[in-house]
Amino acid sequence: MKPLMEFLAQGGFAGYVWSAYGMTLALLVIETVSLRRQRRAILARLSRLLRLRGTEDHRGDQP
Amino acid sequence: MTLPWSRFAAPATFYPLAGRLIPIFWVLAAALILTAFYWGFFETPDQLGGSNAQKGYYRIIFIHVGSAWMSMWLYGMLVLWAAVGLVFKTRLSFMMANAIAPTGAIFTFLALWTGAIWGRPSWGTYWDWDPRLTSELILFFLYVGYIALHSAIDDSRRADRAASLLAIVGLVMVPVIFWSINCPDPNQCAALHQRSGLGKVDGNILFAMLTMTLGFWMYSFATTLMRLRGIILTREAETSWVQDLIRSEGRPA
Repeated sequence: MKPLMEFLAQGGFAGYVWSAYGMTLALLVIETVSLRRQRRAILARLSRLLRLRGTEDHRGDQP
Repeated sequence: MTLPWSRFAAPATFYPLAGRLIPIFWVLAAALILTAFYWGFFETPDQLGGSNAQKGYYRIIFIHVGSAWMSMWLYGMLVLWAAVGLVFKTRLSFMMANAIAPTGAIFTFLALWTGAIWGRPSWGTYWDWDPRLTSELILFFLYVGYIALHSAIDDSRRADRAASLLAIVGLVMVPVIFWSINCPDPNQCAALHQRSGLGKVDGNILFAMLTMTLGFWMYSFATTLMRLRGIILTREAETSWVQDLIRSEGRPA
């Protein structure tokens, strides 16, 4: 437990070291998650658009 | 033209290729960043003595230098693709420039953020209008300006051209950041950034620093390609290959 506490304390500079590393980790994770969400949203939007158009074409086919 | 590179310049060809590359870049990024983190925290000296004594907070160097280098490198790449797009009128080049910008802005912000946090214990201030800090801040505004200008113009082809011109003009900031040191000799004056060379850095610290930079680079490839695929789908939505792709992906496998 003691080595862990010592590691986390960073020689008394814990606040500085971890806020720098924390911000880096946070931004990289946020970017990754938002990119994944963006991809799902784009795919959902495009397939909805395609389905919508598909039904319109179908209606157009009928006399 | 039958050169292989021009074949890959077609979004339809590049889209699946990028899809295969993304997981490789993720694995490389994770491995390099974790190695650098371990090395930086457990294999480097606890304190650096000498005339320029650094304490525990010097460990911020690994992400600070890495993100600062990436901020300049990515801006160079953004400008390269913007220029290629303007000269050869290739759609994919502009999309590439678009995809790089947000990741570049994030690394620029991180360079400023980690620098401020490092500055507080070592220089006694979070911020100073030091030439390097100021020019890095301008680089951040250039990234934001590029993104804002591009999204402000509705016609994407006009947006591409206008934002590319802004990016190219802004390239002057990169050498300014690189050479903006107002203290050539640390023994003569105490500036925030002093002239240094990679050879002057302790081997273990250098290894962690370069590995972290490489990890950030691989991360940038992964996120840029992910964003690029999204941009391709959005912009090519009317083409038959995208519609075929959506149809086959929409169906449950």
